[in-house]
Amino acid sequence: MTKTIRPTRSGLLAAALFTTAAMATPALADGEVNIYSYRQPVLIQPLLDAFTKETGIKTNVIFASDGLAERIQAEGANSPADVMMTVDIGRLDGAKQLGITQPVSSEVVNANIPAEFRDPEGHWIGLTTRARVVYASKDRVEQDSITYEELADEKWRGRICTRSGQHVYSIGLFASMVAHHGAEKTEEWLAGVRDNLASKPSGNDRAQVKAIFAGECDISLGNTYYMGKMQTNEKEPEQKDWANSVKILFPNTEERGTHVNISGVVMAKNAPHPAEALKLIEFLSSDAAQQVYAEANYEYPVKPGVAASERVKSWGEIKPDSLPLAEIANNRKTASELVDKVGFNDGPSS
Amino acid sequence: MSSIVSSPTFDAAAAVRPVSAMTRSDRVLLAIGFLMAALTLMPILALVVIAVQPTGEVWTHLLGTVLPSSLVTTGLLMLGVGAITLIVGVGTAWLVTMCRFPGRALFDWALLIPLAVPTYIIAYTYVEILDYTGPVQGALRALFGFKTSRDYWFPEIRSLGGAIFVMGFVLYPYVYLTTRASFLLQSACALDVSRTLGAGPMRLFFVVALPLARPAIVVGLSLALMECLNDIGAVTFFGVNTMTFSVYDTWIHRSSLAGAAQLACGMLAIVFLLLWAERYARRKQRFHITTSRYLALPSYQLTGPRAGLAILACALPVLLGFVLPAALLVDYASRRLDELFDPALMAAVGNSLVLSITAALLTVAIGILLTYAQRIQHNPATQLFGRVASIGYAIPGTVLAVGILIPLAAFDNFIDGFSRSVFGVGTGLLMLGSGAALIYAYMVRFLAVAHGQIEGGFGKVTPHLDMAARTLGRNSVRTLFEVHLPLIRPILLTAVLLAFVDCMKELPATILLRPFNFETLATTVYNAASREAFAEGAVPALVIVLVGLAPAVLLAWSSAQSFRGRKSARG
Repeated sequence: MTKTIRPTRSGLLAAALFTTAAMATPALADGEVNIYSYRQPVLIQPLLDAFTKETGIKTNVIFASDGLAERIQAEGANSPADVMMTVDIGRLDGAKQLGITQPVSSEVVNANIPAEFRDPEGHWIGLTTRARVVYASKDRVEQDSITYEELADEKWRGRICTRSGQHVYSIGLFASMVAHHGAEKTEEWLAGVRDNLASKPSGNDRAQVKAIFAGECDISLGNTYYMGKMQTNEKEPEQKDWANSVKILFPNTEERGTHVNISGVVMAKNAPHPAEALKLIEFLSSDAAQQVYAEANYEYPVKPGVAASERVKSWGEIKPDSLPLAEIANNRKTASELVDKVGFNDGPSS
Repeated sequence: MSSIVSSPTFDAAAAVRPVSAMTRSDRVLLAIGFLMAALTLMPILALVVIAVQPTGEVWTHLLGTVLPSSLVTTGLLMLGVGAITLIVGVGTAWLVTMCRFPGRALFDWALLIPLAVPTYIIAYTYVEILDYTGPVQGALRALFGFKTSRDYWFPEIRSLGGAIFVMGFVLYPYVYLTTRASFLLQSACALDVSRTLGAGPMRLFFVVALPLARPAIVVGLSLALMECLNDIGAVTFFGVNTMTFSVYDTWIHRSSLAGAAQLACGMLAIVFLLLWAERYARRKQRFHITTSRYLALPSYQLTGPRAGLAILACALPVLLGFVLPAALLVDYASRRLDELFDPALMAAVGNSLVLSITAALLTVAIGILLTYAQRIQHNPATQLFGRVASIGYAIPGTVLAVGILIPLAAFDNFIDGFSRSVFGVGTGLLMLGSGAALIYAYMVRFLAVAHGQIEGGFGKVTPHLDMAARTLGRNSVRTLFEVHLPLIRPILLTAVLLAFVDCMKELPATILLRPFNFETLATTVYNAASREAFAEGAVPALVIVLVGLAPAVLLAWSSAQSFRGRKSARG
């Protein structure tokens, strides 16, 4: 028999555990605002830095892709969350439905953000919009306008690329189709688009543009700001080539307009720092913050009078679909079910 | 000597249990064991509670649409990955433990490396390399003048086949590691007897070594398959619509956490049944080693073409599971080497290390307690408890993270309420939002990893030793520390290593339960991945690999040392 292992090791374990617990204590001091964010840290950090500089209020962030609303719900009255930032109207509305938000009433916010981008009761506030557009090959696509409906047309057979039909961005667009045309027509349309796919839906929005660049397909669906991200990517200059190979077509500009979704913010029901949280929300609706959204993230500001960046404008004029956001939120479930029903994610073979 | 005792009249566990009443130390151990099992069970119970809520038409929709096909897809994925991990894992384990060929010592640990890289990263790199837009097909098009994908045939990497291929070569180390440890522990006597009786290498492998290693192989295989089930990242890249997808879509897009929990619990029930069936099939078999003499294992000296084949068989998995994808990561990372010295990255390394080491040690400690409790109190209740407590691994990570959230928050709020009513001062959230919550989450997720290993190790220790130790006046605690743990040290090291590497890679629970302003290596990689800028995560991804590699190399070296030491001392 070799050495004996001594039970004192458990003492060391306990010590290590407490060290870790002490290492990261909840941020509850005053002069702070705690943010749960579904938006990536790099996207919001410049805004938060500007906010801290202006107000002296420190910001603490937790970023996660899923489950933050459930976390706030489970934490209950003791939740440290002051605000939650997210993309997608579904998520904003979902937070309200879960009962984890409180209404924000601020004259500053009401003056800055048009009513169509706010919850009527103030439970969520939109901050930016982004359009779901068509990226088309400069070489192989002649036309300069397009409609979503047209994507089901046979002339696109084997020429369309898209990410998963169950991604929030896809679901938002499909939900707007349900709102405009009803479930039955949308189902037919989805089946038509599926048949026109060049490959099985996978990858992200940039990967689809790369596929156009490589010749795998001719058009793809994508959010507008990825164009800016690719055009300015210094670390991966090949992405500039991808961007150069495509043009953006804003669908349905001649009639109802292009589908847009929002990013926004809610105040948590049990926010420990409601005053600071309100200051942050007001700041995010201000000219300064809206400009950062426009210039650094290539999103469309919602505050009237704040212009989109020159780069974004260079992609073309946008006419946003005026469909109320609540309609999109209400039809998400139907849209998601239809994606399953037509086997959209199984790709063109089925 | 090792033996498979098939006689139904011999119940080893019954022999362990003293006829007299349990001693005090027995009871303390059992109580702690039960408490730990209960703690790790809480999140699964929370999911069950969520699952019993009404869900409306969720199931009608699922049954009518994706469920049948996603069941088939999931089944095929598990079959394929199971086949690859079995063949590669067991085959290479046999080669490096039983054969001598050039490079054997290198492969001994190199075969472990794919384990250090998160599966979704490997999946991403393979899509980059092999899909239509990647360098391989690009070169083919340039070479033969093809214009579009319709001009030629190339296997589609974004497919079920692609997922099986990639996950098989990433997950085989689970099987390799457990099987290798088992081969090393197989007393040479059994093999010598077989050889004396005229068994050739093939018969020796299939008739003696393989059946003896069965429990270990099953542990490794079930880990690999559960990893298949809980994965969402890799299958997303491949566009393979598994059950996990349905769980996720039901929760996120159809706002039915209850429906998602029902699906997850259903998957869990299937895993549980499979594991139970395997155990039932070998219920009468025992795999104890009755000697602590480790003679030098018989080995086959391979030369010429045979050595070449052995080298190829060992090199291929390392190439496919690590070298190829790592080359792409190194390419990305080389463009941003300045990030290596980013203080934020250093902080992430520190956080990852502290959390992973603490969680790995605690997880293994709990695994030991649970297994030992099962050993001293061998009844269906303890068996079931041990089994159920460690299947959380099969639940999709994000869903389990929500399950973990609920008992944690309930505990914190209870303490806060209690403190308020008694002392008039609240405590706020104690666990949630602290490192303790993450360590708890890791323990829940990876107890399966440690528990399976440790159970296999304890299974090799014959109950005669327990009885001898007790006769010599050792209580159960001292028997554990003076007899069992020293005997299964190599397996304990394996368990710690596996748990450590898994904690380093853990993402869904870390990201949801972490404190404010807190990054680990895995979350840093994810920050880049989530904004569709994978290349920016290359540096932290490589750091995960390096930090994961260090203990792998250490482990291989130390286990080789310990066996060498014993061999030279005895033989």
